[in-house]
Amino acid sequence: MFNKSLILGGLAVFVLLVTTPFWYGLLKAGPPPTPEPPPNGASVCVAPVEYMRSSHMKLLDVWRDEVIREAKRETIVVNDPKLGTLEFGKGLQLACMDCHSNKEQFCDSCHEYVSARPDCWTCHMTPAEIASKEAL
Amino acid sequence: MKYVYSLGAVIALMLIAWFGSLIPGMQYFFGVAVPYLAIVIFLGGFAWKIWDWAKSPVPFSIQTTCGQAKSLDFIPHNRLEAPNTNTEVIARMALEILTFRSLFRHTKADVYAGPKLTYESAKWLWLFALIFHYSFLVIVIRHLRLFLEPVPAPIVWLDWADSLFEMGLPTLYLTDAGLLIGLLFLFARRLFTRPVRYMSLFNDYFPLFLLLAIGITGVLMRMVFRGGIDIAAIKAMGVGLVTFSPVVSPDISAIFYVHLFLVCALLIYFPFSKLMHLGGVFLSPTRNMRNNTREVRHVNPWNPDIKPHSYAAYEDEFREYMVEAGIPVEKELEPQKEAAEPA
Repeated sequence: MFNKSLILGGLAVFVLLVTTPFWYGLLKAGPPPTPEPPPNGASVCVAPVEYMRSSHMKLLDVWRDEVIREAKRETIVVNDPKLGTLEFGKGLQLACMDCHSNKEQFCDSCHEYVSARPDCWTCHMTPAEIASKEAL
Repeated sequence: MKYVYSLGAVIALMLIAWFGSLIPGMQYFFGVAVPYLAIVIFLGGFAWKIWDWAKSPVPFSIQTTCGQAKSLDFIPHNRLEAPNTNTEVIARMALEILTFRSLFRHTKADVYAGPKLTYESAKWLWLFALIFHYSFLVIVIRHLRLFLEPVPAPIVWLDWADSLFEMGLPTLYLTDAGLLIGLLFLFARRLFTRPVRYMSLFNDYFPLFLLLAIGITGVLMRMVFRGGIDIAAIKAMGVGLVTFSPVVSPDISAIFYVHLFLVCALLIYFPFSKLMHLGGVFLSPTRNMRNNTREVRHVNPWNPDIKPHSYAAYEDEFREYMVEAGIPVEKELEPQKEAAEPA
């Protein structure tokens, strides 16, 4: 066999690279994140949970286009068994953060897990940030 | 017509995964069993193929030279095209592997009335091959975010750079577009360039369709059919696979299983197909040998150890028998017998 050490060495490097995911965490990984339920006790969202889980970014995108480009600012009404009738404007701060007020415990828990880095927060502020600004 | 069979094979694979994953309980088969089988066959097949190539004899020094070999001092040596030292070979190999230098030489041949044959430079193949391969590499690395927990910073940076233009939500990855554009070109080349079409086979079209289907299902899953694509549940599956504690979420939609099954099919197909150029490019003797046949005699290491046997030595060995058989010899037998008799 020609250049045995070189070829077997190269093959070993390749196998190590391909199996990175297997030895990266040394076969240990924490459980997947569970986003915090709304602190205010709301149990009904603007859309079914399954839809929100997979497609919330699409909804936010549609809202953004409707509000900013088409000036369709009609509100969304949700009937919550505990909090009664809730009325939301379309938007991250107007709707989502009203119930899911804790960005770190809700948004970030999944986004960091799957390395999704939406640029919402370059413009929007979390309730905590707003409170700290108002305190100044 | 050959591309129709390849397309049919890919569609069949997609249908298997589509309807198979809808059968209750089969998510475990498509989400756990097939991926494990695929990675084992991929790695085993890859190593076997490399081993098979590595032990094949290379009896001749067969580097392709595209320039002046090292010669007398006053003749300029083309160090990249006829590498003489290991360093020069590494430089040549690196340019070949990282920039596809031999594709850069691709020419297009045309026959005009006359008949007159012309060749002209055609860089399209090189350009789109480069776009496709680098896009594919980035996509593969990017997918590590679904297997590694926590996600390493370089993968986050790569993800950021790839979605730099922030088109759409979720953002469009540039490499997704690059992969599909590159593949479509490579397919169109096989379809519309007549000589290439003539020599294209089932196994030329099949990987193209397979990769196209993987790319298209991936983009659709991200950008269009979000329903049932709970990315956190998918990552939990990926992490479960690599930590040998597989979990399957029942809510993931069929398109994900189609995507995953096609990737598994690609992994299984890989070691036994032309796709092995991933490993083969490193082992191609026409590129990885030194062009030093003027300085060093190339001896096949598999040659049996045959000592030179001159005629004189041959006659020494068989002289008695030759004389006995009446074959003329250059040197007569020593007169030992005659000397012995009188005594």
